[in-house]
Amino acid sequence: MKRSLQSTLLLLLFIVVLLLAPVLLPEFYVTLLNYIGLYAIVALGLVMLTGVGGLTSFGQAAFVGLGAYTSAYLTTVHGVSPWLTLPAGLLVTGVVALSLGLVTLRLSGHFLPLGTIAWGMSLYYLFGNLDALGGHTGMSGIPPLQFVELELKSGREFFYLIWAVLLVLVLGTRNLLDSREGRAIRALKGGSVMAEAMGVNTPRSKIVVFTLAALYASTSGWLYAHLQRFVNPTPFSLTQGIEYLFMAVVGGVSHVWGAILGAGLITVLKQWLQDWLPRLLGQSGNFEIIVFGLLMIVVLHRARDGVWPMIQRFFPQRLICARVDGVRPLTRRPLPEAGSVLLEVKDASKRFGGLLANDRVSFGVRAGEVMALIGPNGAGKSTMFNGISGVDPLTSGSVSFRGEPIEGLPAREIARRGMSRTFQHVRLLPSMSVIENVAIGAHLRGRRGFVAAACRADRAEESRLLHEAAVQIERCGLPEQMYEAAGSLPLGKQRIVEIARALAADPCLLLLDEPAAGLRYLEKQALADLLRRLRAEGMGILLVEHDMDFVMGLADRVLVMEFGQKLAAGRPEEIQRNPAVIEAYLGGVE
Amino acid sequence: MSTLPEQPERTVVLEVRGLSVNYGKVEALHGLALKVHRGEIVTVIGPNGAGKTTLLSALIGLLPVRGEIVYLGERQGAGRSVEQLVRQGMTLVPEKRELFAEMSVEDNLLLGAFDRYRAGHRDHLETMDQVFDTFPRLMERRNQMAATLSGGERQMLAMGRALMAKPRLLLLDEPSLGLAPLVIKEIFRTVAQLKRLGVAILLVEQNARAALQVADYGYVLETGELSLEGPSSELSMDRRVIESYLGLGGRL
Amino acid sequence: MDLQIALLLGQDGVTNGAIYALLALALVLVFAVTRVIFIPQGEFVAFGALTLASLQAGRLPGTVWLLLAMGTLIALIEGAAALRKRHFRRIPLILLLNCGAPLLLAGALVAVSSASLPLLVQVFLALLLVVPLGPMIYRLAYQPVAEASVLVLLIVSVAVHVTLIGIGLLFFGAEGSRTPSFTEVSFEVGDVLLQGQTLLVLVASVLLIIALYFFFERTIYGKALRATAMNRTGARLMGISGSLAGMLSFTLAASIGAFSGILISPITTIYYDSGFLIGLKGFVGAIIGGLASYPVAAAGAILVGLLESYSSFWASAFKEVIVFTLIIPVLLWRSLTTRHVEEE
Repeated sequence: MKRSLQSTLLLLLFIVVLLLAPVLLPEFYVTLLNYIGLYAIVALGLVMLTGVGGLTSFGQAAFVGLGAYTSAYLTTVHGVSPWLTLPAGLLVTGVVALSLGLVTLRLSGHFLPLGTIAWGMSLYYLFGNLDALGGHTGMSGIPPLQFVELELKSGREFFYLIWAVLLVLVLGTRNLLDSREGRAIRALKGGSVMAEAMGVNTPRSKIVVFTLAALYASTSGWLYAHLQRFVNPTPFSLTQGIEYLFMAVVGGVSHVWGAILGAGLITVLKQWLQDWLPRLLGQSGNFEIIVFGLLMIVVLHRARDGVWPMIQRFFPQRLICARVDGVRPLTRRPLPEAGSVLLEVKDASKRFGGLLANDRVSFGVRAGEVMALIGPNGAGKSTMFNGISGVDPLTSGSVSFRGEPIEGLPAREIARRGMSRTFQHVRLLPSMSVIENVAIGAHLRGRRGFVAAACRADRAEESRLLHEAAVQIERCGLPEQMYEAAGSLPLGKQRIVEIARALAADPCLLLLDEPAAGLRYLEKQALADLLRRLRAEGMGILLVEHDMDFVMGLADRVLVMEFGQKLAAGRPEEIQRNPAVIEAYLGGVE
Repeated sequence: MSTLPEQPERTVVLEVRGLSVNYGKVEALHGLALKVHRGEIVTVIGPNGAGKTTLLSALIGLLPVRGEIVYLGERQGAGRSVEQLVRQGMTLVPEKRELFAEMSVEDNLLLGAFDRYRAGHRDHLETMDQVFDTFPRLMERRNQMAATLSGGERQMLAMGRALMAKPRLLLLDEPSLGLAPLVIKEIFRTVAQLKRLGVAILLVEQNARAALQVADYGYVLETGELSLEGPSSELSMDRRVIESYLGLGGRL
Repeated sequence: MDLQIALLLGQDGVTNGAIYALLALALVLVFAVTRVIFIPQGEFVAFGALTLASLQAGRLPGTVWLLLAMGTLIALIEGAAALRKRHFRRIPLILLLNCGAPLLLAGALVAVSSASLPLLVQVFLALLLVVPLGPMIYRLAYQPVAEASVLVLLIVSVAVHVTLIGIGLLFFGAEGSRTPSFTEVSFEVGDVLLQGQTLLVLVASVLLIIALYFFFERTIYGKALRATAMNRTGARLMGISGSLAGMLSFTLAASIGAFSGILISPITTIYYDSGFLIGLKGFVGAIIGGLASYPVAAAGAILVGLLESYSSFWASAFKEVIVFTLIIPVLLWRSLTTRHVEEE
């Protein structure tokens, strides 16, 4: 509580400084701050897109241009009020960003930025060549913004508007990232497989975050048009788009305040370099880009997180508080009756090119039992897991879960039906705290969306989600590590975090891929105890594991695979005596 | 535990003492000690997930290690790299084979001699003939794309490619993986032949029986630690090997 | 549009397309081997053309200074590393290669009046000045982050591009240059006049593509590059290190870039920032090939050249808009035909 008071005080102090700035500073600095504010709005969108979502765009300047030109055109040619052109600009930008996103976001990561380069170029040339938009000379006579009687004609007056918008967006973005949908966006960086398995619709999250970033840029463009009251294509070129990315990266691409810092640093540096470099070099020209480019390379080599983390140390950290008294726990789904069939796999086959990784395997898992899948390396166990959970669908065969066919469904739909899983190669977000990682598992148990998150209307639900995450972490025996960064835990403990995350989804079938790997003896015992308790509650558990002591002591039934086929199935003691199994494990030479 | 008596006349190619490897903060291998002599096949067997592949990756310089590695009488420093070890005649045949799928068998073999070519040796054609002698099947398939080969042929190609570098120490990672018993037999017969060429071989296998049949000496790796060692003939009789594989210890 | 104009435009399109195709091939190569999306490719075109123009005008090209500066920086970095590892014997070689060679070249250029040299020698000198910049840039900007994600490498590329544009302006000024034609010959085929220079561009491009084919198919170094592109781990285990492959592919890309610049400088006026647009069009071609297929990339690049040429006739103001918007349907097509794969 003390920390949050501190950060509120710091925020208030920042606002007071902003209120006083235009009164105390000379015109030149107010103008500079106005530009910093405008750039920071765009950079903020990039923080969300690049630093948080792991996507990137060089074409943000073109989106700024869309906002600016829409307003310029509608106000000067059609006499529309500037207050109506803001939504119009947002609409145009939104439609463009949405369609561009739909086209590129299914492709692997680098096609989006390449697309935005081409797109940025083409829009820039379009602005410069459309007669209706004034060609290369641009459009002038854009009306100023007006609040009832007050016309925002001077930079000092405009300052308040720009910084108010920026501040609202910064706080809104911060709130958003600290919410259910925000966690889904942050999960994108770890690859879409994990997020999808936790029920996140990753293409939707990507498109939303890309469109939001574009809308921020468009807002900045609208402000720019009415501040300058003149637009031409130059500030919307690809070079400017690249500069926006520099701002975000130099400032600190994973931090909302890094956007303001980066915009400030680059803008001041540019101003200064533009004064000095031509004198130094005895030529005129935009030589500051040499310094920017080199600076950027050094930042990417030496401090990929930018400057903000170095400053952040002096500020209090925001902590999430997971345990609020009187929270109503989330409702749980009714577990199927113990002994009833949960999962039924029939003739499951998976082909990779010429290799048959799974060859007509059939088995079932009942509620309230632990079923173990074992076999030598390369026997096709993880492939089977991916096939069942929808991560990498089977080539043929059928899978039914709680009586419904699920083969061919996307992973998130299977997750919604009550199947949750962990991964052989741990897929946690290393820089996020354990509790936030686990809360991703509860994604499908909340409903609040982006808007609610941005204006903090989601707090009741959020505390229920965090409460659930905390309960699962405690149940798995990691209460002390709840607020630590997940990446700082030893690998064995990270696997336990994965189990807590899977449990937060309230599953009735749990798929565990090598849960005991990397655990010490006592930790293995604790894990076995936990799984026994879950089984007693009526949960079905399917696990792949190499530690035979662990498997044989825990499993009710064991399925042995070799060469993608079912080799044997039965109770552990039967399997241990089965000559074919001993052959498969120890190998036979004919 | 039994150890071999010292035999000073045999040169030690590789000696490892107190070797530990971490993946992030987790120790994957702990305090390993092993020795490989010239012309000897040493096997490290153990169940899945024991750390066998980690051991080989660490030896070839793909992973940072703690502890002491002495190769060809020289203690390996912190600056060791895969490229440098390859230059000094250490070659790994990886578990995943890592062939150049869209290239012909012949080109795959040729690239096995890349480092020797770069160092100025131009004997790759003769070496290739020797490889073809060892693996006549590769000769028949010389113009075929590597991707079109069968599982056993791929393993032969991976081994043939490694031999093109004229290695002094050959690290074999699970050559039997995913192969049918008859093919395994053929592969292991070749492994035994290589020994006669004076190559030292460190063979990592899950298939304990096949490995112990060709090897001179064996170690059992269990969850990151060497739990047993001894001449292969003794190990293959040892009940504890089976127990470590199938969890018959019943400790949980 | 009558047939004659159509043929003329086609000739233009194919000529430019051939250049774009060369650049597209280099881009695919660099991406396949190093995962770097080589945005600065275009700067090599501009530097090649402008260095040649400087030499022909008898000026000392600014690229000499860049070569010296980067060489010194590399010598410092490598020298420090050699000292730390106590590899004292390597230091003379490091100095000779990175400082000595550029100094020698600079000295030669100061001593001789480059304007009076025969054209081929000038071309050779220009290549000698520009091509080493490729591996040097790889060493300085990319090698330290070679393991980073494609996204980080892409941002590095953009940073390198911006830096080189600024340096280009500093060295060559805002004025454009056009070098005299290599040949004044022209042919009449039917009604159409074929310029010798255009034909030269075509023939040279085709020859270069054939040379590249031989390099990749017949030489062990070419095969090593292909092997790295196919399987990085496998290649490493054969002693083909990532940095060797990186340097090699950047050398090739820089040669292709500089050579393309020299080829087209008699046809178009080249400014310090023209390379970027030319490079981007190569890019559109490379993307049509999915950054993976050489023949499709080359065909795509020729298509870009033709599209550009014909749209300059129909809607000259929107030429660039049309060319760059082409990427949207291409991406859509790619998106619909490729199955999504997770990047690890």
